[in-house]
Amino acid sequence: MSGHDTLPPLWRLNVYRLALFVAAMLGWHVLTQSKILPPFFFGEPLKVFAQIWKWFSSGSIYPHLAITLLETMLAFFGGTLLGLVAGLWLGLKPTASALLSPYLKALNSMPRLILAPIFAVWFGLGLWSKVALGISIVFFLVFFNVYHGVREVNPVVLANARMLGASKRQLLRMVYVPSAMTWVFASLHNAVGMAFVGAVIGEYLGSVKGIGYLILEAEGIFDINAVLGGVITLTLFAYGLDMIVTWAERRLLRWQPN
Amino acid sequence: MSAPAVVLRDISCTFPPSSRGGQPYTAVRDVSLTIADGEFVSVVGPTGCGKSTLLNVTAGLLTPSTGSVDIFGESLSGLNRRAGYMFQAEALMPWRTAIQNVMAGLEMRGIDPVESRTRATEWLSRVGLRGRGDAYLHQLSGGMRKRVALAQILILEPQILLMDEPFGALDVQTRQLMENELLALWSANRKSVIFITHDLEEAISMSDRVVVMSAGPASRPIGEFPIDLPRPRDVAEIRLTPEFLKIHAAIWETMRDEVLKGYQQHERA
Repeated sequence: MSGHDTLPPLWRLNVYRLALFVAAMLGWHVLTQSKILPPFFFGEPLKVFAQIWKWFSSGSIYPHLAITLLETMLAFFGGTLLGLVAGLWLGLKPTASALLSPYLKALNSMPRLILAPIFAVWFGLGLWSKVALGISIVFFLVFFNVYHGVREVNPVVLANARMLGASKRQLLRMVYVPSAMTWVFASLHNAVGMAFVGAVIGEYLGSVKGIGYLILEAEGIFDINAVLGGVITLTLFAYGLDMIVTWAERRLLRWQPN
Repeated sequence: MSAPAVVLRDISCTFPPSSRGGQPYTAVRDVSLTIADGEFVSVVGPTGCGKSTLLNVTAGLLTPSTGSVDIFGESLSGLNRRAGYMFQAEALMPWRTAIQNVMAGLEMRGIDPVESRTRATEWLSRVGLRGRGDAYLHQLSGGMRKRVALAQILILEPQILLMDEPFGALDVQTRQLMENELLALWSANRKSVIFITHDLEEAISMSDRVVVMSAGPASRPIGEFPIDLPRPRDVAEIRLTPEFLKIHAAIWETMRDEVLKGYQQHERA
């Protein structure tokens, strides 16, 4: 752990991080201005940021952003809730889980994105086909983690709670759920990103609104700067959501060392 | 005379083999044991002699293959609601603070949270943890966590206390401190105690009676020794008295061969 105590203080770290970003942008700028990288394929940072600025200052991006975020949120919360309930239930029912486990594993190993056309047929080209795609991805992530979390509950803690007089419901609330939360949060970081993937890929494959649609439209007229602008906007929002998850994790898992 | 707190009658516990083709394992065979109301009994024996199995049977966590359990004259089925169980391993809920752990049993019984908190605060100071209620478990030392576990059980005022090497993981000083505190709490309000340990000195210094188990498998009691040392006792000082040493020598005589046997079996396994 010798690297640990030589870590610079946070403010200096942040200065370095900013410097790294500026250097990367500068490199991109110089490489595309000097035509070493063709701007037609690689875009130009100034134009990309100008595009983002134009979207936000004119407000034209908001309806698209709103719909993509709504799809993401619905997929994230819906998938998490379903995964939580299913994971708890199957974790506590050995027979049901033995019965279903090969099917669940098969469903999980199926590349979910190929379901997008099916969902489009079932739910139309609007919001719900994207939400369904997102849920189908998020659900399994959370489900398997909760399932393991329930199975991995410390048997001594469980026996102790039973001896103290816990009913079945109290065991669930006081032991199983808090114990599984560690595992749930481990999966939620991935789930946020995956909920975005579901929403944007869904939009990309067929929609009339959303950031994915915006990217598709820009691609259609070879506007690489707008494509990259969309990608960067998405990245920022996904990062923001991940920070919210981290914040919730810190609050809810306060009992853990470090 | 009232019914004894615990009567174990011809208890045997056989576990199915863990792998295909393995042998079923008999942990204890034909164990009969009676614990009077308010009596402090220690069960000693070599490692792997099924001491914990007996405790789990008394707690109702494990149904014996044969035999029966009576608790205050009533046949036990399901969990033993009159018993508090202090486990050998860490059994507290790490996602709860110290005081939330102590309150847990009251919460499960639907007792008003304000009252629960008051009582838990009282118990925390009784076990020497005044002001540490809001600490999470990883912020407490091993000895402190044992105190929380003790308070968590005693707050429910169980009539029977089952203790499975509760202080085994502690250093010698902390351990003697905890032993004295347990004795003080016990004298103030005498419950029946079954105290499992492999430490003969601990057993003698605390108990009214010491039961020696044979080495496993198919372990059973091979000797019972009343300990008529005067109370109140100080567990550190009493070890130096000639009476203590006499009892120790007598019990060790019985135990030695079994410990050796248990050790050899352990080596082979």
